[in-house]
Amino acid sequence: MPIEAINDFVIRFANVNGSGSASANLLFARSILRMGAPIAPRNIFPSNIQGLPTWYEVRVSERGWLGARGGGADMLVAMNPQTFAQDVAALAPGGYLFYDSTRPLPTTMTRGDIAVLGMPLTEICAAHYHEPRQRQLYRNMVYVGALAALLDIDFAVLEELIAERFKGKEKLIEANGRALRLGYEDAQIRFACPLGIRVQRSKAVGDRILVEGNYAAALGALYGGATVCAWYPITPSTSVAEAFERLCGRYRIDSATGKKNVAIVQAEDEIAAIGMVVGAGWNGARAFTATSGPGVSLMQEFFGLAYFAEVPVVVIDVQRGGPSTGMPTRTQQSDLLICAFASHGDTKHVLLIPDGPGEAFEFSAEAFDLAERLQTPVFVMLDLDIGMNSHLSAPFQWDGERTYDRGKVLSSTQLEEIAEFGRYKDVDGDGVPYRTLPGGHPTLGAYFTRGTSRDRYARYTEDPAPYVDNMERLALKFETARKLVPQPVVRPASSPSPIGVVYYGSTSAPMDEALALLAEAGLAADALRIRAFPLSPEIADFVRAHERVFVVEQNRDAQMRTLMASDLSLDPAKLTSILHYGGAPITARFIADAIIGRLRPAAAPLILEDVT
Amino acid sequence: MTFQGKPKFRHPSIPTNALGFTRRDYEGSMSTLCAGCGHDSITSAIMHACFELAVPPHRVAKLSGIGCSSKTPTYMLGQSHGFNSVHGRMPSVLTGAYLANRDLIYLGVSGDGDTASIGLGQFCHVMRRGVRMVYIVENNGVYGLTKGQFSATADRGSKSKKGVHAEDSPIDLAAVAIQLGATFVARSFSGDKAQLVPLLKAAFQHRGAAFIDVISPCVTFNNHEGSTKSYDYVREHNIAVNALDFITGREAIEIDYAEGAAQAVTLHDGSTIHLRKLDAEHDFSNRGEALTMLENCRETGEIPTGLLYLDKDVDELHDTLGTTTRPLNALTEAELCPGPKALAAINRSLR
Repeated sequence: MPIEAINDFVIRFANVNGSGSASANLLFARSILRMGAPIAPRNIFPSNIQGLPTWYEVRVSERGWLGARGGGADMLVAMNPQTFAQDVAALAPGGYLFYDSTRPLPTTMTRGDIAVLGMPLTEICAAHYHEPRQRQLYRNMVYVGALAALLDIDFAVLEELIAERFKGKEKLIEANGRALRLGYEDAQIRFACPLGIRVQRSKAVGDRILVEGNYAAALGALYGGATVCAWYPITPSTSVAEAFERLCGRYRIDSATGKKNVAIVQAEDEIAAIGMVVGAGWNGARAFTATSGPGVSLMQEFFGLAYFAEVPVVVIDVQRGGPSTGMPTRTQQSDLLICAFASHGDTKHVLLIPDGPGEAFEFSAEAFDLAERLQTPVFVMLDLDIGMNSHLSAPFQWDGERTYDRGKVLSSTQLEEIAEFGRYKDVDGDGVPYRTLPGGHPTLGAYFTRGTSRDRYARYTEDPAPYVDNMERLALKFETARKLVPQPVVRPASSPSPIGVVYYGSTSAPMDEALALLAEAGLAADALRIRAFPLSPEIADFVRAHERVFVVEQNRDAQMRTLMASDLSLDPAKLTSILHYGGAPITARFIADAIIGRLRPAAAPLILEDVT
Repeated sequence: MTFQGKPKFRHPSIPTNALGFTRRDYEGSMSTLCAGCGHDSITSAIMHACFELAVPPHRVAKLSGIGCSSKTPTYMLGQSHGFNSVHGRMPSVLTGAYLANRDLIYLGVSGDGDTASIGLGQFCHVMRRGVRMVYIVENNGVYGLTKGQFSATADRGSKSKKGVHAEDSPIDLAAVAIQLGATFVARSFSGDKAQLVPLLKAAFQHRGAAFIDVISPCVTFNNHEGSTKSYDYVREHNIAVNALDFITGREAIEIDYAEGAAQAVTLHDGSTIHLRKLDAEHDFSNRGEALTMLENCRETGEIPTGLLYLDKDVDELHDTLGTTTRPLNALTEAELCPGPKALAAINRSLR
């Protein structure tokens, strides 16, 4: 039986990297969004520029389940001969296969339980376009046009999007429109349109926006007042710095002089990038870098310096699969421990853990306030799934009255008013000392910043008492951080439950759906989402209040569970790990299956379901 | 190794500079280096140059890496903020500081291990970028704090105190700096204050990356026979390619030169360098010639000192970045935050 579903299906595009499919696929996704149906698009791509297989998956979900669903796709647009067999095999029973039928499909390449839709895309393009590159590019637009007919997408919406995309470039609007129409009209003749799966106009999207987490983080840095960005290209964080540069080109040019109110430097490596950020932070600018795991490894020594010398630093870490070079284009949450305890000696750092683009924007703006308030490095922990995929998100908001918290910086006047200045004195009892900026007062407030041990007046010493005094103050400062960072979000089940689920970051989107699946299975659970380290005592309360607690993570070694045990003194035996770290985003079905499997081992055998 | 305050007593007739500061106002805390260390002479030359230039002490930012030389910023300019960062990474920290506030005077102090060994990469890139700063390498060819191992500037065949010979080819930091885009490159000797002070003054006034390689004998680990960085060796092999007088724009030029004996170079702020050529061959404004001269001297075993290369009309980092003339650290919400209206437009573009 062919699958029948309205606004609730997954379509997967199998393409060849570098074939120009990305913009066509995005156009397809946006057209559904314009129809008002919630979508979750995801890129599955290799660490390669041209030639290797790449997939794009669009989940349409009227109910707004925007995590990766898991399981086979309901429809496949098979444009890559290299992966054809494996792609067809992964299609759900009753699914639809759309392929380029210019060359006949060998019978061994198909299945009896799917609907096969062949359209001679290459032939159509060869008849209408002469340039080889055009034939390749417009072939993508032809299949988008065909899909519009097959899935009942309003053709006018596609035309509208093309007009917006190529505004002012009439030739391109006309050419792309023609390709779309070729596919649309051919499909109407060739197939019985629409299919059992289709799109219907809806109001479910509301005012939500579709945006990548890396862009959101860059926007947060713009709004948060970052004036220095030093970075080194590394997947999947590169687009943070690039988006920041583009945004600054628009919003940071002084209208009178044409000069930039920002300095962006592509450094020679990650060590130099973080060194520049430390230098700028020391000198009173809001500075950040964007990097990923290997970069974090290289930056370790500077994190220790910034922690110990107390320099504000913001790091946007877009996590990818590790260890070592690992899986550069796959997602993981495996940098928690290296960031939380970066560098040698006793160090601990503040981590902010956004659940998607909305919080990526909020937290990266807030990171600058926290870094200056606490005079320490603050890490914004994105991952590839959040960073490089587009997510449906509530619109960004900014309070026009909001001011930056520049922290405890003494002005020249204040220096003259106070009895004495001690750079590392705990005046307020919160562990956070006062600092001065270079070049301020002619005779007061100068001090020497160093990575060596010092006393309260920044004077070098190796005496145990002032060393311990300083280390204890830094520990106290971390307790101050505990109160300032975003607190966890608790989602209680509809009625009191003995089951608790703890999760964080990009697990958030599939968790909405997983909790619904659990409830359907009679295992309604309370859920708590961690949003920062140091961990809130609320997390300990939540764990104690539940008989069984699951900690869902996207890494092998249960890194958050380790943090919960060390930072909150929780008994790890009470925390059951649900771990998914193959590199594809964790899915709702995986989470639900794993939890059900552990709670009812006899009833439901553990199904390790994965995508791709 | 603890902080030692110096008595602030000063003689009433002690000379003052144009800002009314005395030499004492340019001092730091007491040096903890070995007695006779070349580095202390360089510290003294820096204080001397700053006093004569009438630099407001608090407007200097002193940055260093790790090592004996990197400790010296503590011993000078006590009213300046200093940053003793991590080994070999001072250039990046200085670059970041300079990005944050272009209005201060940046002094980077490093050693041969800190710059030529662990820090060679960052040294190269900071020169390429044209960060406006004075970068001094206090070059003694050895690691002092870890007791006498060779650094990458030790000459091949030179002998350590323990009798070990350096086998690897040495790095000539001045040549590297010239090749990579430094626009003021000089070499001097810690024992030659008459040469070093005017070089420092000119470097401070240079509007770009200024590099001075100062041979600075390590009295404890590299001042013996067989060393090529000892006081005796450097004195014997030092050839000054030029001698210079530095005159700030506000000073009257009182020196009389015989016609053709000196060449005047006017810097961007109106100050002038008067160069008396000692080696008729050397044209300091020619990069290729400067490099050839360094290579020739390497072959003859001579140590050329003086101003080796100068390009005074340069773009520095803020020029190439096109940043505002205001220090970035002084900008506020008004200039930095696009506000809710712009955000609403961004939201619209994402639907």
